Amino acid sequence: MAEASTAPAPAVRPAKHRSSRPDSLRLLFNNKLATAGLLVFALIVVTALLAPVLPLPDPDVTAPADRLMRPLSEGHLLGTDALGRDILSRLVWGSRVSLAVGVSATLIAAFFGSLIGLVAGYAGGRVDTLLMRGIDMVMAFPYILLALAIVAVLGPGLLNALYAIAVVNIPFFARNIRGIALGLSRREFVDAARLSGKSHAQILFIEVLPNVLPVIIITMSTTVGWMILETAGLSFLGLGAQPPQADLGSMLGDGRKILFTAPHVSIIPGVMIFILVMSINLLGDGVRDVLDPRLKSGALTRPVARTAVERRQVPEGATPAPGAVLDVQGLRTEFHIGSQVFRAVGGVDMRIGKGECLGIVGESGSGKSVAAMSIMGLVPTPPGRITGGVALFDGEDLFSVSDERVRQLRGLAVSHVFQDPLSTLHPLFTVGEQLVEAIEAHQPLSRSQAREKAAELLSLVRIPNPVERLKAYPHELSGGMRQRVCIAMALAGEARVIIADEPTTALDVTVQAQVLSLLDTLRKERNAGILFITHDFGVVSAICDRVAVMYAGQFVETGETGEILRAPAHPYTAKLIDCVPVLGEPDRRLDAIEGRPPVVNDLPVGCAFAARCPRAEDDCRAGPIALTEFAPGRQVRCIHPLIGETQNV
Amino acid sequence: MSDAPLLSIDGAERVFGGGRTLFGRTRPGVHAVQDVSIDVRRGETLGVVGESGCGKSTLARLIVGLDAPTGGRIVFDGRDLVAEAGRDLRRLAREVQYVFQDPVASLNPRKTIRTILEAPLIHLLGLDRKARAGRLAELMEAVNLAPEFLDRYPHEFSGGQAQRIGIARALAADPKLIVLDEPVSALDVSVQAQVLNILDDLKQRFGLTYVFISHDLSVVESVSDRVAVMYFGRIVEIGPVRTVFGAPRHPYTHLLLQSAPAPGRRSLVSEDANTELPDPYNPPPGCAFHARCPRGTDLCKERQPVLESAPGEDGHKAACFHPHAGREAGKGEHVGQG
Repeated sequence: MAEASTAPAPAVRPAKHRSSRPDSLRLLFNNKLATAGLLVFALIVVTALLAPVLPLPDPDVTAPADRLMRPLSEGHLLGTDALGRDILSRLVWGSRVSLAVGVSATLIAAFFGSLIGLVAGYAGGRVDTLLMRGIDMVMAFPYILLALAIVAVLGPGLLNALYAIAVVNIPFFARNIRGIALGLSRREFVDAARLSGKSHAQILFIEVLPNVLPVIIITMSTTVGWMILETAGLSFLGLGAQPPQADLGSMLGDGRKILFTAPHVSIIPGVMIFILVMSINLLGDGVRDVLDPRLKSGALTRPVARTAVERRQVPEGATPAPGAVLDVQGLRTEFHIGSQVFRAVGGVDMRIGKGECLGIVGESGSGKSVAAMSIMGLVPTPPGRITGGVALFDGEDLFSVSDERVRQLRGLAVSHVFQDPLSTLHPLFTVGEQLVEAIEAHQPLSRSQAREKAAELLSLVRIPNPVERLKAYPHELSGGMRQRVCIAMALAGEARVIIADEPTTALDVTVQAQVLSLLDTLRKERNAGILFITHDFGVVSAICDRVAVMYAGQFVETGETGEILRAPAHPYTAKLIDCVPVLGEPDRRLDAIEGRPPVVNDLPVGCAFAARCPRAEDDCRAGPIALTEFAPGRQVRCIHPLIGETQNV
Repeated sequence: MSDAPLLSIDGAERVFGGGRTLFGRTRPGVHAVQDVSIDVRRGETLGVVGESGCGKSTLARLIVGLDAPTGGRIVFDGRDLVAEAGRDLRRLAREVQYVFQDPVASLNPRKTIRTILEAPLIHLLGLDRKARAGRLAELMEAVNLAPEFLDRYPHEFSGGQAQRIGIARALAADPKLIVLDEPVSALDVSVQAQVLNILDDLKQRFGLTYVFISHDLSVVESVSDRVAVMYFGRIVEIGPVRTVFGAPRHPYTHLLLQSAPAPGRRSLVSEDANTELPDPYNPPPGCAFHARCPRGTDLCKERQPVLESAPGEDGHKAACFHPHAGREAGKGEHVGQG
């Protein structure tokens, strides 16, 4: 144990951490629009900052003799305005003012808005109500009216316009931040910080704030442009910058009166506002895409309807084993993420006969779910793809049939029951509507017939009052009831094989026992095969005829359930059984497995378990080890198996 | 003095909601914990089992002072725990600590492990920089993690490692009592064994007392000295773990033990869906388990059974009017075996 955990973690880890910042930048640069926005914005900012040193005429000096000169005149690149002032110079100085006001207003609004949001979200209860109702009152006024009112009270002027815009935008920040803070404040790490002795202020600003910061930055980046527009709006109305000071809005306002005689005086600041705000918004959207964890985790990449099949060689003339409904041979599924290839499933054979239950046991990350999802093409692509093997269902290769055929077979021939029934069922439809939909997808029945069938299915899964229950919404049912509904849906299309992926892990023990015996009875009644995925040998015992133990994407041992439990042949299986406490044997020593499973993008050449195996020798690491049959119906992927040795429990 | 229990809970009750609205209407209240009385002795591990919604996590939060009971008393080491937690959680946190169910969620994703582990050392113990460095090294050694992990962030750790960090944080202030709320249920079985072994080792080394909450009967059986079975906010059976699991008296404990899957055991229970808990807003006047109970009578429907010792079996109490026979008659009926 000591050795396993004190050993430095794989070398990739520190590197990964160091590269996390350039990663975000690279992501931003991948977005062409955002990059363009960044370039334009940077150009404007640099020009505005350099205004005092650039060879520009004084923007406020009037020269009535040179009034309203057209663009490209000598000495005045963009012409002059009604008072003969150089437009280029006013434009640069004006952008400087607009930017300064916009950015400062954003900072002020962000500071106060976030503070209110953080306090309201963290404190909750009465404080929250009080603060948020105050915010609601500010929001109840049309924002421009409120800004006008504030400026009217304070008097016109750039600084007052800035305050007005900041105040008007505080609710926007407060509401956004409050939502996030509310969620974070109920998280366990906040309780942990309280128990570490931190005060509420310390928790709010040291624990919660860093987690809210990305949201604040996102909100700021999407608001700056808006604030600049508002500043321009107030200045346009004569409430912002006062003459002779240049500001994009006031320039636009000056030019309005002579729009038809000298259009360039108003068009040029107008275009400038457009470019400035547009560049900021493009950049802001890019920043949001990079920082928003939901978008980062792939919500923008839409997986296709079926896993891509890119088999390196298509096996010719594979024939299903006699008696098997579903026969999967040599299945390989990989995930291609960036330049890395994760071999989640590396050559797996699964055979399920009529009414038979095959259990796949493995720890998280062993590839058991991916193997099961691959059968009906449910692994998301990108990044997943099937790179080898066949899945024969009634002699038909599921990996080579058309998308339409797979769609027909899903639910009809092979159906799924997942771990969490609450996220599998749609919260806004009654279970009856969802069952009817599942029935109608495969059978041409009338609405009332489908409803009858739905009620029949519910009584089949032993739900009392099935006709009444059809009207219930998923949240009105207990966890066990919901899982029964999911099983009923899986049975809607006369499924011949049911893939049950940890169907009882989220349930309480008493309910788990009921669901397990229900599944057991149903498979006998309907002669359906079950592929049962779990991490629990106890659950396996309750329902499975045969077991396959999975480790690092491969089966390491298969055989009849009782046989494997009695005399495991693979050291991993033995260890896995030994490390679980067994009810009624409290004194049994728990034999932990040292170390951690290998990462599937960096698998060793030889046995994947060798690094953690007490029996490993040099030949284990030399090359791939085949799954060999050592007794009738028993296979093991080990060259030093525990055969002929009695297992002491 | 050493005979006195370290923690003594007397008739604790926690109601969520309830009270009256602004207009004087009574608001519905949920009784999460009702009339719970337990003594935890120094140096023992008290297991608490029950299904989701039975109030075991609420009970845990009451013990560490993260939540306050709406009734009853909790006394820790002779002091009123509720009043103390209300005044200053820090003093209590020095002696009672908590290990969370979800190891990754209980670590702030934006803090290094060093910052996380230093927090209790600074805020609870007020150690200076040098003393902290020494204590951090001790803690990491105690939970079997390499010291270089201190400068990493939580997302770089596996569930088992993260849980060991959670345990190190609970240990940091050198507490007397640690409440473990489903500490291994989010972990893989192989990792679960590592964490259970570490917990056992730490208990011996530092003379700790544990309250171990779990829904996994076999885990509770392997770690606990005594066990309390909760159902619908109440304790229905309590006693030494061998007696309770070996010869359960309450029908609910029976059902739990029969339902628990174990290697080499086929399912025993019927598949009827008659498992609904009573409506928490409108609890039945009698025994909450009545509707599911094979032994229920009209008496159970009307009156609440109280926790009573079985004759001749001190310390083994069950709240049932028609309990199963105790140890003598129950011999050879060990339901833990299929």
